[in-house]
Amino acid sequence: MTLPETDSPHCAAALEGARDTIPMIVGALPFALIFGTLAAQGPLAAWHGQAMSALVFAGSAQFIALGLVASHTGLLVIWLTTFVVNLRHMLYGANLLPAVAALPLRWRLALGFLLTDETFAVVAARRQLAPADRQIHWYFLGSGLALYVSWNTVTLVGLLFGSAFPQLQSLGLEFAIVATFVAIVVPQLNRAPHLAAAIAAGTLAYLWQGMPYKLGLLASVAVGVAVGLALNRLRNREAA
Amino acid sequence: MSFTLMIVGMALATVACKASLFLLGSRVVFPPLLKQALEFVPVTVLTAIVVPLAIAPEGALDLSWRNPQLVATLAAIGIAAAARQPLHTIVGGLGVFFVWRFAVLG
Repeated sequence: MTLPETDSPHCAAALEGARDTIPMIVGALPFALIFGTLAAQGPLAAWHGQAMSALVFAGSAQFIALGLVASHTGLLVIWLTTFVVNLRHMLYGANLLPAVAALPLRWRLALGFLLTDETFAVVAARRQLAPADRQIHWYFLGSGLALYVSWNTVTLVGLLFGSAFPQLQSLGLEFAIVATFVAIVVPQLNRAPHLAAAIAAGTLAYLWQGMPYKLGLLASVAVGVAVGLALNRLRNREAA
Repeated sequence: MSFTLMIVGMALATVACKASLFLLGSRVVFPPLLKQALEFVPVTVLTAIVVPLAIAPEGALDLSWRNPQLVATLAAIGIAAAARQPLHTIVGGLGVFFVWRFAVLG
């Protein structure tokens, strides 16, 4: 896709980040729509649903909170659950830290707030391709903002008109996220430790998907990383 | 329950996960082993998210040709391995998914 012309390298990087996030937006659209539709059914006021998308901006936590509200769960449990469900973002933060560590505080706060599964995937892939990219924070910002604005816009559409599009929700647009993740991961599997780590994490994520609060995801990632590290060590020993 | 209070608390819990390491910035120094471990985060997390969606889209394991998610994921893996061009993989994978779902399975 051709991007609009711009003289500013900042703008150009931000636009590229937004462009590379488009498939993720397509994939996230049904979720935002379903979230808005569900939130409109109460007991939350419509503006609470919008406030959640605007202030929390974390899909799985937003859905889980709606479920917990419906089952009359206490505040403290809802907050703790939100924290645990979002723990995986700490891994993303640790992985991306070198790209943002030298930025002013307000930048680091903004990029942290905008961090999601989707933006992590896009920014991590960019860093793989262009490790020395000096505009990576603008790229990150463009990706995060594009997703933020669409997530909130589509939440609003869901809140207002959600019951009018039952077909859109069952179309399977979510598959765009799967296709994008495959596009990002497969080129990185050219080394045995990475391939083994991915196979271990993927298999265990399926076997452990019944664990609550996305803990199965965290545990399978932990084992996958351990497998990768062990193979790295084995290879280094052979090389030595 | 005050839903406003609930949302503010959720926002703080979320930003604590997302931004805490960023806020510490260059004060955080990871030991070499941890740095090496973090290199495996993208491939493991993204694979861990994708695999259940591909092999068990409705919750139960479905390894048949009637599972459009699985067929299209395998196609996307093939395209990605051959072309290494993200956009080809995304468009091709989505294309196979929709053709399989609406034309082949009907």
